[in-house]
Amino acid sequence: MKVDLRINGVIRSADVEPRKTLLDALRENFLLHGTHAGCEHGVCGACTVLVDGEPVRSCLMFAVQADGYEITTIEGLAPAPGELSVIQDAFCETHGLQCGYCTPGMILAAHALLQYTVTPTREDIVEAISGNICRCTGYGQIIEAVEFAAARLQITNTPHPAAKADEPVLEAK
Amino acid sequence: MKPAPFDYVRPGSLTEACELLAADEDARLIAGGQTLVPMLAMRLARPAKLIDILRLPELAGIREEKGAVVVGATTRQAHAERDPVIKASVPMLARVLPWVGHPPTRNRGTIGGSIANADPSAEIPLAAVTLGAEIMLATTAGATSMPPDDFFIGPMLTSIGQGECVSAIRFPVWPHKRIGVGFFEISARKSDFAFVAAAAQVALDEEGRCLDVALGVGGVGDRPLRLDVSSLVGTKLDPASAAEAVNAASIELDASSDLHASAAYRRRVAVTLCMRALEQARAEAAAKSTKGAR
Repeated sequence: MKVDLRINGVIRSADVEPRKTLLDALRENFLLHGTHAGCEHGVCGACTVLVDGEPVRSCLMFAVQADGYEITTIEGLAPAPGELSVIQDAFCETHGLQCGYCTPGMILAAHALLQYTVTPTREDIVEAISGNICRCTGYGQIIEAVEFAAARLQITNTPHPAAKADEPVLEAK
Repeated sequence: MKPAPFDYVRPGSLTEACELLAADEDARLIAGGQTLVPMLAMRLARPAKLIDILRLPELAGIREEKGAVVVGATTRQAHAERDPVIKASVPMLARVLPWVGHPPTRNRGTIGGSIANADPSAEIPLAAVTLGAEIMLATTAGATSMPPDDFFIGPMLTSIGQGECVSAIRFPVWPHKRIGVGFFEISARKSDFAFVAAAAQVALDEEGRCLDVALGVGGVGDRPLRLDVSSLVGTKLDPASAAEAVNAASIELDASSDLHASAAYRRRVAVTLCMRALEQARAEAAAKSTKGAR
């Protein structure tokens, strides 16, 4: 089946089998390897992407179901090539990762939280990343990273809303 | 962890969806897919065809009717959690939703999907059973509905027929001014499947006497169950009366046993959580003003 997906603001097309998950389409058809495949049955959260700004498990969604939504992957967060978003930078600063496997999912979950919650409590952060498993950090530094990012975003006063479906579309390259 | 091949169709109307479903024994409906897709990935389910109903306009939306709130089957759990109408008029549903899965699964998972899945420990079916919400169905012959006691018949089993689709859940709205809800559950980790869950809703008069009460338990038996504690109407829901009513109502509880919890444990925890839920509901209702709107 042919699908047209809007990924990080760009329309991309692929011919996929209906059984292909959004996760596999992102990785295999669009070579966006930042979305990680973990358990592939909706337990670990490594494959989290944003669908219309809300975190969703891309292994629990088929690519053929994903047309018409704005999909944001970890590749879509950095303001420019070679740069990091405020949240990505905060994860580096506070050592919020070790092996890095869960990190794209964690950062997207944190991004979704901080879009709407300017001053999150620790409980808000724990709830936001509760669906994401990390086997290295023990979560302490991840929570610290999100708190740090929230504080920085408040200072710079630059909320980063995820792109919405009604915004203008860029031409695919 | 890759699903077996299947055909994918996205019908344009609910009637078409029911016809497609009725025509093919191996076809299944998919909406949020938060339970179905893991089943497909593990090949515990191998439907030949998936009929995607998530974008059907007939199944969307939350609307108020006289004495009820009708929640469309494809309402996302996360949207219902934030919805002001649900918060104000069906507080029990609003209370249990944060316990359903995790934020990313609630963003895709639907209210109707959880009902149709009929997991005995799931919170949304528990709220529906406790409040006596009507399950609205679309069939090839038109719309119909069913009380929850007829709908849920066992673990992951419902009495829904071939070619039928859950279209909405009609939650009754209590007319009283002072309403409180209580909810507790025990699980290995938050948002895991509950070993036992208890939900209560009470309405109090100006003097704090109980006008109406609903109590239900999930995870204990093969489906969520409503407990008859109507003897509490007229009391002040004091601990002694509550204990007597809960103990009497839980005698007939048919608890199941598995490697997580024995039947005896489940029954004991059910009584304790019922008491806590009733007390939380009473305290919440008592804290509300006797005047003004709900």
